[in-house]
Amino acid sequence: MSSEIETVIPPARPQAGLWDQNPALVQMLGLCPLMAVTTTTINGFALGLGTLAVLVCSNLLISASRHWLRDPVRLPACVLLIAALVTAVDLLTQGFLPELYRVLGLFIPLIITNCAILGRAETCARHHGLATAGLDGLSYGLGFLGVLTVLGAFREIAGRGVLLSNLDLLFKDSAFEGLRLADGGLLLMVLPPGAFIAFGFLVAGFNLIRTRRKAPE
Amino acid sequence: MAQSSDIMRSLIGLVIMAAIAGLVIGFSENLSRERIAENRREALLATLHQVIDPGTYDNDLLESHRRIAVAPLLDPTGPVDAYLATRNGAPVAALFTAKALDGYNGAIELLIAVRFDGSLAGVRVLSHRETPGLGDQVEASRSDWVLQFDGRSLQQPDLDDWAVKADGGSFDGLTGATVTPRAVVKAVRNTLLYFEQQRPDLFDTWPKPGRPGEDS
Repeated sequence: MSSEIETVIPPARPQAGLWDQNPALVQMLGLCPLMAVTTTTINGFALGLGTLAVLVCSNLLISASRHWLRDPVRLPACVLLIAALVTAVDLLTQGFLPELYRVLGLFIPLIITNCAILGRAETCARHHGLATAGLDGLSYGLGFLGVLTVLGAFREIAGRGVLLSNLDLLFKDSAFEGLRLADGGLLLMVLPPGAFIAFGFLVAGFNLIRTRRKAPE
Repeated sequence: MAQSSDIMRSLIGLVIMAAIAGLVIGFSENLSRERIAENRREALLATLHQVIDPGTYDNDLLESHRRIAVAPLLDPTGPVDAYLATRNGAPVAALFTAKALDGYNGAIELLIAVRFDGSLAGVRVLSHRETPGLGDQVEASRSDWVLQFDGRSLQQPDLDDWAVKADGGSFDGLTGATVTPRAVVKAVRNTLLYFEQQRPDLFDTWPKPGRPGEDS
């Protein structure tokens, strides 16, 4: 880490997105959609899938254009591309998963504002080849998806006493009605403050595991 | 010279990226356009079927849509959507979107189906901003309150009794919410009045949509 930070190309460590550099838990990026949609496991999982798809596609396309996309216009071009990809996800969800769209509709466009996507484009995709960039997108996308799903599951259980309800939003003919673990729950957990509380516990737990793991070394 | 070619190369990069973005959007729009339109129709039909039994009519309800520009009894603020259900060309019921402006917290949008004989086939609240836990009991998914209108008409009860019990009428109110039920009862009553006034015109001026071949 010298003063020449501008010219240093960050080494590609695609697998970091899953844990060490998890976009949500460590970098704290993309928290707005994360808080808003994680009222159920399926909602969180579905938005995670959308984000993952956008992230992989944007990483691949930005990596492919890295030789001819010049610095002065790189940022607007990336934002344009990400916005187009999110619009595509929005339209396809609306067309093919209308029930899901009714629940998530408002938050799909918010994927654009997820800094994790632009962040990966800037720190990885524009420096590396297709394979590395694609893998990087996959890893960071899965890291984000994992947090969304865990948070959704946690809030669903704590808030309503069920797990995996509304599975039919994503898998059309599913008759599975969710695991009923308790009758009712703490309403607070499915309301917005519950998102902050649950996410706080999640970050705390994550940090606990990380420090425990580091300690013996 | 070098500088202008620099700008040129930047510009070309941006244009190519814009073209890719256009392709991505165009392709996905093309893929989903028809399905989105179809989904919207299905969703609308599902909403309409909350107030009218699909077995009681045989025309294309969505085709029968018309917009009534001025109907102050239904909605003083703007146009109203109406649908006409028929069976073998004979009128069965009319569906209206009505608006109760005097809710506790702004307008309450209603969907109301009136059978040809003037009785109510069903009433549903489409949207509202009433107090959660109190006024929102007018939603059919939260309580049976709104179902008490089924089968009622201007003769049953008499026009004077079209009010909540607290106001001396014959309709149940809601605990903790006085204003909301009052507004809904009044809006339903006004819709029935409108229907009574307009019934001859309503069914005569409507294009005969009977399609005997399409029994549901």
